[in-house]
Amino acid sequence: MREIIFTVKNNEQLAQNIFQITLEGDTSEIATPGQFVNIKLPDKYLRRPFSVCDWSENELTIIYKVVGSGTETMREFRGGEKISALTGLGNGYDLSATSQNPVLVGGGVGVPPLYGLAKKLLAKNITSSVILGFNRSEECFYVNEFQKLGLNVKITTLDGSAGIKGFVTDALTGDEYVYACGPLPMLKAVHEKVLDGQFSFESRMGCGFGACMGCSIRTKDGFKRICKDGPILKHSEILWSVE
Amino acid sequence: MVDITTELSGLKLSNPVIPASGTFGYGEEFAELYDLNILGSISIKGTTKDSRYGNELPRIAECTSGLINSVGLQNPGINHVIQEELPRLQKIFHKPVIANISGFSVSDYVYCAERINAAPNVGIIEVNVSCPNVHGGGIAFGTSCENVAEVTREVKKVTSKPVYIKLTPNVTDIVKIAQAAESAGADGLSLINTLLGMRINIKTRRPVIANKVGGFSGPAVFPVALRMVYQVSKEVNIPVIGIGGISSAEDVIEMMMAGASAVQVGSANLVEPLACKNIIDELPRVCERLGIEKISEIIGIID
Repeated sequence: MREIIFTVKNNEQLAQNIFQITLEGDTSEIATPGQFVNIKLPDKYLRRPFSVCDWSENELTIIYKVVGSGTETMREFRGGEKISALTGLGNGYDLSATSQNPVLVGGGVGVPPLYGLAKKLLAKNITSSVILGFNRSEECFYVNEFQKLGLNVKITTLDGSAGIKGFVTDALTGDEYVYACGPLPMLKAVHEKVLDGQFSFESRMGCGFGACMGCSIRTKDGFKRICKDGPILKHSEILWSVE
Repeated sequence: MVDITTELSGLKLSNPVIPASGTFGYGEEFAELYDLNILGSISIKGTTKDSRYGNELPRIAECTSGLINSVGLQNPGINHVIQEELPRLQKIFHKPVIANISGFSVSDYVYCAERINAAPNVGIIEVNVSCPNVHGGGIAFGTSCENVAEVTREVKKVTSKPVYIKLTPNVTDIVKIAQAAESAGADGLSLINTLLGMRINIKTRRPVIANKVGGFSGPAVFPVALRMVYQVSKEVNIPVIGIGGISSAEDVIEMMMAGASAVQVGSANLVEPLACKNIIDELPRVCERLGIEKISEIIGIID
């Protein structure tokens, strides 16, 4: 973990309520896809965590959905502005524990970290296939970006306005090794359908680096802090209810 | 050369800045960023007799200049802390630490104090009678003079180390509680713990925190903490550790002028992990600017 002052390069709309910010600055703390940054926003006390979508040596992109007053203020970030972020947070996806043909399953703003993951897997000669779930066609984003990597991309929408009508699980057979990121109900449904994979959890966090115990959950391997021991949990350790 | 050393019950501190319990874990995450040995001491995560998961999520809510937490004393239990966490901390922090203990009965507190007394790197035992996040727990003790006196007396019997009682601000008269602790033999006081608070999500019409209410902290509570430290320190003859919203070297000086012999920095660690380091770096410069040669001389200078 390190605090880095980034410079906003641009801040653009991708889809309904979905925006992408590109930040310039030192990304050396980011080691693996699925890690996140914790951003200081004007007029907010707590930082806000966002998964890293993609990064290079001196640039990173994050994608956010406007859901409340915090993300509303992010729309105001303009090119040249300075932003403080704690970088290199969380465990990230484990790229060594995969099958040769993994499936990346993303729902809504859970899609972004899978893009960085797809690129890193390709660099290891692993070609993944991709299932992206959205509510409706106006909220779809990054479909082209995944296709440009040469990957097979399936879309699902709840209202059928794009791709398959239904949930991401409707595009899964159950035999796949998955890398998943999305809202809790999606993660739960995918977890029930498949036998193995890695799942990225989101949570309301205090610090984002393991100090406050604000985001601890119960797992089969004991209590884990989503921010520090996660956000990626293995299929075998996830516990959905108290037993 | 400004002298920023201070003292708590014979324990000499290189400076008055101590990370507050529950905001610093056992130091490990912060040791990635800076050498912990620059700190005056460290108050470790509150420890109970048995391991606890704590409260359900969400446990955190944003507030204006602060936050509400309802962690509910998640910790691995006293035996694990003594066997694993304290020895690990000793390797990265070579000074005495403040061991914060919590409980649900007088015998729980005694159990923890008796065991942690034997840990070589514990310099002070801080008895948390004020956690707002556990049902029938700390708060019941901290709001009654009789209970605070009883816990203090019983803990004092089983330890040779200085005992500091950590007080809740959620009472009618904190001075009376402080005096009850002093009369029962407390060596010092830590104040304040968090203020009971609440947030509601007006879209979902539900409390933000799963436990509905939680402890409010951060810069917003600083004036309340300062006032209580001032009132208490005027009426007791034992050292007071000032806690509540401290985020800068100026805040440290203000809190010491109000009567604190040392301070604990809490919420600031969560949003700015270098907060304690930055405050310690700044402190001599700010003292110099204000004409303070020896920081201990400003303790309680307000009439």
